[in-house]
Amino acid sequence: MLPAAIYLLVMFVYPFAYGVILSLQAKGGGISVANYLAFLLDPWQVRTVWVTASIAVPNTVLTVLLALVVAYSMRRGVWMERTITTALVLPIALGTVLVAEGINGFYGPKGWLNQGLLALGITDAPRLTHNYTGVMIALLVQHFPFCFLMLLGYISGIDPGLEAAARVLGAGPWAIFRRVMWPLIAPGVAIAFALVFVMNFGVFPSAVLVGQPAGATRTIAIAAYQQAFEHSDMAMASAIAVVMGGCQLLGLGLILVIRRRMAATGVATVGAGKR
Amino acid sequence: MGRLWHVAVYLFVVGFVLNLVGIVGHVLVSSFARRWFATPLPNAFTTAWYAYSWREFQLDQVLTVTLVVAASVTALALGLGFPAAYLLARHDFRAKNALLLLFFLPLLIPQMTYGIPLATTLYRYRIGGTVAGVIAANLVPMLPLAIFVLLPFFEQISVNLEWAARVHGASRFQLFRRVIVPLAVPGLLTAGLLVLVTTIANFELTFLLSGAGSQTLVVALYYAVFAAGMRPIYSVDAMAVIYMALVLALLVLVLRFVRPTQMVFRLDRRN
Amino acid sequence: MISALSFRLTKRFGTRTVLDEFALEVHGGEFVTFLGPSGCGKSTALNLLAGLIPATSGEIRLDGSPIDHLPPERRGFGMVFQNYALFPHLTVFDNVAFGLALRARPRAEIAQRVRRMLQLVRLTEFEARYPSQLSGGQQQRVAIARALAVEPRLLLLDEPLSNLDAKLRLEMRSELKRLHADLRLTSIYVTHDQSEALSLSDRVVVLRDGRVMQVGTPAEIHDRPRTRFVADFMGYRNFFPVTVDRIEPGGLVVARGKDVTLTGRPVTPLAPGSAAVAAVRPEDVELTAELAGPNVVRGTVRLTEYLGREHDVEVALDSGTMVMARVERPVEVGSAVGLRLPSERVVVLPAGDGA
Repeated sequence: MLPAAIYLLVMFVYPFAYGVILSLQAKGGGISVANYLAFLLDPWQVRTVWVTASIAVPNTVLTVLLALVVAYSMRRGVWMERTITTALVLPIALGTVLVAEGINGFYGPKGWLNQGLLALGITDAPRLTHNYTGVMIALLVQHFPFCFLMLLGYISGIDPGLEAAARVLGAGPWAIFRRVMWPLIAPGVAIAFALVFVMNFGVFPSAVLVGQPAGATRTIAIAAYQQAFEHSDMAMASAIAVVMGGCQLLGLGLILVIRRRMAATGVATVGAGKR
Repeated sequence: MGRLWHVAVYLFVVGFVLNLVGIVGHVLVSSFARRWFATPLPNAFTTAWYAYSWREFQLDQVLTVTLVVAASVTALALGLGFPAAYLLARHDFRAKNALLLLFFLPLLIPQMTYGIPLATTLYRYRIGGTVAGVIAANLVPMLPLAIFVLLPFFEQISVNLEWAARVHGASRFQLFRRVIVPLAVPGLLTAGLLVLVTTIANFELTFLLSGAGSQTLVVALYYAVFAAGMRPIYSVDAMAVIYMALVLALLVLVLRFVRPTQMVFRLDRRN
Repeated sequence: MISALSFRLTKRFGTRTVLDEFALEVHGGEFVTFLGPSGCGKSTALNLLAGLIPATSGEIRLDGSPIDHLPPERRGFGMVFQNYALFPHLTVFDNVAFGLALRARPRAEIAQRVRRMLQLVRLTEFEARYPSQLSGGQQQRVAIARALAVEPRLLLLDEPLSNLDAKLRLEMRSELKRLHADLRLTSIYVTHDQSEALSLSDRVVVLRDGRVMQVGTPAEIHDRPRTRFVADFMGYRNFFPVTVDRIEPGGLVVARGKDVTLTGRPVTPLAPGSAAVAAVRPEDVELTAELAGPNVVRGTVRLTEYLGREHDVEVALDSGTMVMARVERPVEVGSAVGLRLPSERVVVLPAGDGA
């Protein structure tokens, strides 16, 4: 127990704390917020927060929504389920870099997809790689399976007897979802949402390889990396990392508050005549 | 209506899987292409890019680093994670929730966020850029991963078994040696394989910590893709296929032990 | 209230036939039990009636009109599940109100009806609790109230008592009996427990491997099992292979086996010379001082078990056949005893299983 805890204290907590302190060090010594001000006042830098959010937020909503719909529909098993779930593990196991390279080929102007579109007579298809769309595709390919498998495991863990009981009592498909399943799934969906958002907000390799890292998809992670390894300004890089962590924490907190609010006011309650 | 809905969902899933096939297939086909330009398949095939790639990207050295890193991280994660997971499963203590949080955070927080301060620290102590640095950094998320995979395995070993062993005269050491470890073998195997495959595919931390001689395959692949145009794309794809083969071979092993739904973050009712 | 339910159902899973042309007519207000060991198809039959799984072939008629095409939510039944299947996110009140809320009844009416149901199952003070805060017996009562609240045309109960401990099971059994006496709901009850079936039902259907073995009142099933399987299931422990000798004027048969010559009641007409099995329950075997004679066997006591008021005794006959008896006075292990198998308690069944 102790070695594991100590290792993480030394290699995780300490660097984090050190990073925060470093980010608060002024060039000449002493404590100042100069690094943060420099980041926030530089339009080129602060824009990355907006760029990252404009990728992370819509992508998270889309990913979780699709994953929820598909996982819910597949909750009682479907034909070739094992094959499908195994195929979906592929992008998770292979990782972002390989997926990025594959997307550049498959979705690229000379790839199979565009060839197919051309064969169908669609000649003005929009460009799908090395731009915002490319990053959206890369993140979806990466995170949809993650989110789907997570929710499928969660939803199929719910006692199927509950659904049977609700049906016999007169609940149709929508009522089953709304009154029985959703209240039970919602906490899991909130967590999935939080995880995908946090991952999306730290997007780096996809944004570089399938995106436009000098422009439309220059995310905050890219900014931090450049500061650290191209400008060797570790204090500034740490400040940006702290801002990135702050944004992730903000999103996480927001989702947890919503989740608690839902639990308190009860999406849970059936609209029955309870006082 | 319900039927239409299911057909639509099924079509989406099939489409998604096809898209995965396309992504992987493109890389595979391209790696064997003599030249490939806007045709369904290349006009001529060759295996020459593999030799080229092996030579140009120094894959012998890169693969050695990859395997050394993956094996070391796996051994260390299991070695440190085993006792930690056992104690977390067996005992309740005041700091337990704090510890669980400490182990959970490196999995939750994206690696780019803590990787930059971690890299800063490790470079300051001159570990950054070395193979040791890559191993040390990768252990940060892999140790918690091992712990959380092992935890349920220990939780399902009944305390009664341990009591039975003690009652029948097993010392604490014998208890571990003859009861706990044999029962934990499936857990260790699962955790070990998962850590192994995840470490090989782990990009961000390795990327931030590796220097010239300490790149793993996935990082080398990143640089090759990043510098597209420096070398023929077919040779980059050949390297990608080598990487893919390595990961898939391990994945096949992993899937013998875990269901696909267990490969991702486990959503528990407890959360 | 319905006046009749009739069905004829076949269910196959792949090549396995789980239910083979299971047909029955149930009268309004009747309490019918499907009894059988696990895997006999009894729960499948219940799920088919509820519409939760589709039948391979057959039809279900309620008051003469077919209901096969209706999904479960439009059949208007009530169902109680083995694991209760209470909605964990809803209070007791909302669980019971669930079906009524779906039917969009006015709030006041729902509240009134829910409270009446909770009164009926004696859970009034628990309405604000969540299922996880209740004991197993209380959860099962909520499940029953939830099923009753919608005034079901048919009440289906799937082994509702099997998750309860022995004492609670007896209590809940009486409670179910009382509820049925009060409400006279047409009910179908599934169980593997013969005592539940006997005490609750108007009629019992014994199932085996998806086929009906016997249908009858509890007394018929208990006293006149028609096959060895049913007899075994109803607690007949002693079986003697015999050959029918002759039929007595009163209808009793005289049969001869290697252990004993006896008279007993035939359940189906038996021809002289045919192979048969004589069955008797341990409770009906009596100790006797007689040395020999019709319906008497002798042997050595091998094992006794003290049960409080009675003793279970295992007696080995000279031929090696074991006979179980339940007797009131203690006997010594190793002693020689005579056992009488009273004619009116011996059932003579055709040999073979009739299956």
